[in-house]
Amino acid sequence: MPVLARWIEKAGIPTVVVTMMPAVAVALMAPRVVGVEFPFGHPFGPPGDAATQRRVLLTVLTVLAGAGSFGTRVDVDLEWPTPLKEAYRSWQPKEPSPIVARMLGR
Amino acid sequence: MIVDSFRFLPRSFRGFYENPVALEGEDDEVWTPLEKRLSGATIALLSSAGLHVLSSQEPFDAERERSEPTWGDPTHRVIPSSTPQGSLGMTHLHVNADDVLADHEVALPLRGLQQLVDEGTVGGMASSHYSVMGYQEAGLRTWRDETAPAIVGQLRDERVDGLILAPV
Repeated sequence: MPVLARWIEKAGIPTVVVTMMPAVAVALMAPRVVGVEFPFGHPFGPPGDAATQRRVLLTVLTVLAGAGSFGTRVDVDLEWPTPLKEAYRSWQPKEPSPIVARMLGR
Repeated sequence: MIVDSFRFLPRSFRGFYENPVALEGEDDEVWTPLEKRLSGATIALLSSAGLHVLSSQEPFDAERERSEPTWGDPTHRVIPSSTPQGSLGMTHLHVNADDVLADHEVALPLRGLQQLVDEGTVGGMASSHYSVMGYQEAGLRTWRDETAPAIVGQLRDERVDGLILAPV
C-alpha cells in the first residue's frame, strides 16, 4: 500500500496512509503516514466505536491537508480497548493463510 | 506517544517487516501538496481489505491463492459511496474479517466521511471508493501497470483532491 500511495501521489493526487505499521510505511517512502497501535484489520478502530473511528479519520484528514513535507508521520495516541493477548488473537485468521500454512509445513 | 509497529505481530513474523527495503526505483521523495482547504476538497477512500459489493461484484480470488500461496489477487473493486452497512463481502486470508463485516467503518469509513462532509469539515465525498487485497506478489507488477493507473484514472474523472489509503 505505501508503494500504491507513491504511484498515486506521483500521478498528482495527494495521499495519506493510515496504518498499524507506520515504521514500515515510512521506510517504504509513503509521502504521509498516520500510525495507529491497533490490531491488524482495524485501521480506523474497533467495530461500533464511532468516536474512535472519527478521531482517527480527523487525524488522517489533518495530515492529508496539513502535512508540510514528504515523510510526515503522525501517530494517534489511543490505546486498543481490549487486553493485548485477546486483541493479538482476535485479529488473526481462523486458519493460517496459505503462505503461513506452507511455512509451517501443513 | 509513538506507535509500536510490531505490537500485534507474531514474533516469528518480525524479520519480514523490521528492515523493509523500498521497491527498486521507489526510494525518492514524491510529493503533491493538497492545495485546497479541506472544506473545499473532495476525498476518496481505498482499503486493502479485499472488499466487494455482495450484490454486484465478484469476490477477490482466494482459491488461486490457496493453490499458489505466493500469489495474491491484484485486481480492485470500486465501492460506491452510498454502499450501506452489511452489503460488503471481504476476502483476505491473512486477517480475521469478522469486525470489518460487522462494521465496515473499521476499514472503510464511508458514513464517518459523509458525516464530516455534512458538517462542512470536508468539502465532498467522491462517488467512488476503492478496495484492493493487500497480500501481493513482491514485484507488485500488476498493481503498478494496471490497478494503480485504473484507480488514478477514475480519481481524476471524479476530480478527487485527496486519497486516504488504509491497509489492513
